[in-house]
Amino acid sequence: MSEAENTANLLFPHQHLLGIEGLKEQDINCILDLADKYVEQNRKTNKKTDILTGLTQINLFFENSTRTRMSFELAGKRLGADVINMSSSGSSIKKGETLLDTASTLNAMQPDLLVVRHGSSGAVKLLSRKVNCAVLNAGDGKHEHPTQALLDALTIRRRKGRIAQLTIAICGDVLHSRVARSNIHLLNIMGARVRVIGPSTLVPANLTELGAEVYHDMREGLKGCDVVMMLRLQTERMHGGYFPTISEYFSLYGLDYDKLSVAKEDAMIMHPGPMNRGVEIDAAVADDLTRSAIQEQVEMGVAVRMACLDLLTREKRGGNAQVRGGAQVAHPSNKKMGM
Amino acid sequence: MSRYIKYKNARLLDPASGMDMMGEIMTQDGKIAEVDEHIDAPSDAEVIDCMGKCLCPGLIDMRVFVGIPGADYKDTIENTGEAAAAGGITTVCVQPVTDPIIDDMARVEFMENRAKKAIVNFISFPAITKQLEGREMTEIGLMCKAGTKAFTDGNKSVANPALMSKVLKYSSMFDALIIQHLAVPELSENGCMNAGALATRLGLPGIPTSAETIMLERDIRLLKSTPARYHAAQVTCQDSIDVLHAAKRDKMSVTAGVAVSHFSLNEYAIEEYRTFTKISPPLRSEDDRVAVLEGLKDGTIDVIVSSHDPEDPESKRVPYELAESGVIGLETMMTISLELYHNKTMPLLDILAKMTCNPARILGLASGTLKVDAPADLCIFDTDVPYKIDPEKMVSLTKNTPFDGRPVQGRVLRTIVGGKTVFEYK
Repeated sequence: MSEAENTANLLFPHQHLLGIEGLKEQDINCILDLADKYVEQNRKTNKKTDILTGLTQINLFFENSTRTRMSFELAGKRLGADVINMSSSGSSIKKGETLLDTASTLNAMQPDLLVVRHGSSGAVKLLSRKVNCAVLNAGDGKHEHPTQALLDALTIRRRKGRIAQLTIAICGDVLHSRVARSNIHLLNIMGARVRVIGPSTLVPANLTELGAEVYHDMREGLKGCDVVMMLRLQTERMHGGYFPTISEYFSLYGLDYDKLSVAKEDAMIMHPGPMNRGVEIDAAVADDLTRSAIQEQVEMGVAVRMACLDLLTREKRGGNAQVRGGAQVAHPSNKKMGM
Repeated sequence: MSRYIKYKNARLLDPASGMDMMGEIMTQDGKIAEVDEHIDAPSDAEVIDCMGKCLCPGLIDMRVFVGIPGADYKDTIENTGEAAAAGGITTVCVQPVTDPIIDDMARVEFMENRAKKAIVNFISFPAITKQLEGREMTEIGLMCKAGTKAFTDGNKSVANPALMSKVLKYSSMFDALIIQHLAVPELSENGCMNAGALATRLGLPGIPTSAETIMLERDIRLLKSTPARYHAAQVTCQDSIDVLHAAKRDKMSVTAGVAVSHFSLNEYAIEEYRTFTKISPPLRSEDDRVAVLEGLKDGTIDVIVSSHDPEDPESKRVPYELAESGVIGLETMMTISLELYHNKTMPLLDILAKMTCNPARILGLASGTLKVDAPADLCIFDTDVPYKIDPEKMVSLTKNTPFDGRPVQGRVLRTIVGGKTVFEYK
């Protein structure tokens, strides 16, 4: 049985990907299994397939982004979709058009996939109610960033062989981080032991109710960890002082070899990027290829997003039955092109 | 020639006197003329059969926001009046949060003139500070001399303690009521819901209950050296109830209100970012909601308000953080409050007192009672009829109710203002 046939049977019973909360373990495994296939595809010289040929993907970014937007763009293009980017600067968004007016305008252009990032929590969910196509949340405020959590999960699974029973620490500015929220949900669903580490002003005590153990002493929290996920300090979202100075923050919560020494010997280090070297992570640690999985995360990001785009359009492309037996015959437009 | 109307076959409920009996009430030229088991009415009197339903004083709502002047796309004075009448409310107290802000005598007069078009009584509460900026006192003395009873900065706190101290001292000369919105600005201005685990999960900035309680504690501290008449517009949490309870035990001149939303909903009503649940102060935890109910029961909280605040769809069809605060409530205040009677939290008369004689006492109004010579402001209602709340059936121009689809029992059947029927359920 070929790999394509294995993954062609995968079922993802959701119309949108708005968050990790609400997904089941099998949903996540489904995405990760398919993403594994796309990792292989992306390492070939010819990275392109045409399963999304004829479909339109719009990347709608109300908040600045380079890596996430590019990753989604690459993912769509490698699957053969027509990808359009729309960002807030210079567009009608800047001219005062409301979120929902933008949504209905774009909806009228018959897109098949909308990838949306917005600065307000819940905004992507709101938009998804007004459109007919699949919506992927590329980050909404401080709420969720599901594809980041999925790519982190894929990175961990490929390095460690599993996620369940691992002890995973999420460190830094959890309060302002959608990445942290999505990861806490995902790692809990997959049966990992989740710790959050940071100053009490940035790591609220009520995170225990989301299923995380809360630590304010980094050495305590890192003890025995299999995975250390660092978060970017999101100073742009902060109103007022959450800590006195950057140097105090780095001294207490910056990841360096000294603090890392209490984690497991083979503990892997992750960061969603962009990194602030010397703020939350020491440059030497970040560049340590045996420990750091930061470059891998970026690679996994494209594959995971390809898997999501694939799964969310399966029903539209004629269901699983037609996809089975090779992607080439999946879409009617492929036939038109003489395939 | 006098005009008489007799309401017969009514369950007469007068919280002011504790009356609860089957009987009749007769009005003469806009005033209550007689209340008894049987009344011999003049032969030309109109007779209205209440079919055994309840009749109580018309409700007085101490916290209502209007769109006039400045935002007539939200509502109009006429529409506010009709919505109030549909909810059994005969007197609405209008917050000064309009454009322009009601902060001097000329604007109070403007408001009063506009309100003449409405079918219920309007009382204008002018601002405590000019432009609601919290810097300079308004002409409290002049407005009091012209009949103003209470002042408030609406949905803003008088945050500066030195200014609040002066306001309390100065207003006490005129026996004016100072109504404070409880929110320390620095603790609340970036937030949009109750601080806690749910806010963390939803990724929304929270407003801690301390934002409310600290302001209440501060004001009570000021009142200890400066006796004045003070009313906390809305309290929403256990800590505030405790502070109020102690102040009342010390016989301080402090009263307090609560919005219907705060005792009937908790923060989980937000569900998936429903902006119709965004209010100020925010919906609190279940523990706080229960504490507020206890405060209502034991009299720590004197008044129930609708906190009616119409917001047009454009202000609500946006992400939660960006949405305007405010829910409509005129048409649901009575019905939702009746839940407390049905679930045996409070006796019917005690619930009605919070919306009739208590606000009347605090504001020095002659209404809010079924006493002879009181204004004939009445509400006839059914306690039992079951149905689901349907915003489309509401009179309010905007439909931002958090109670959409809620199963309820009880309905206002007829509302009478100054002896004249202004609403009849059909």
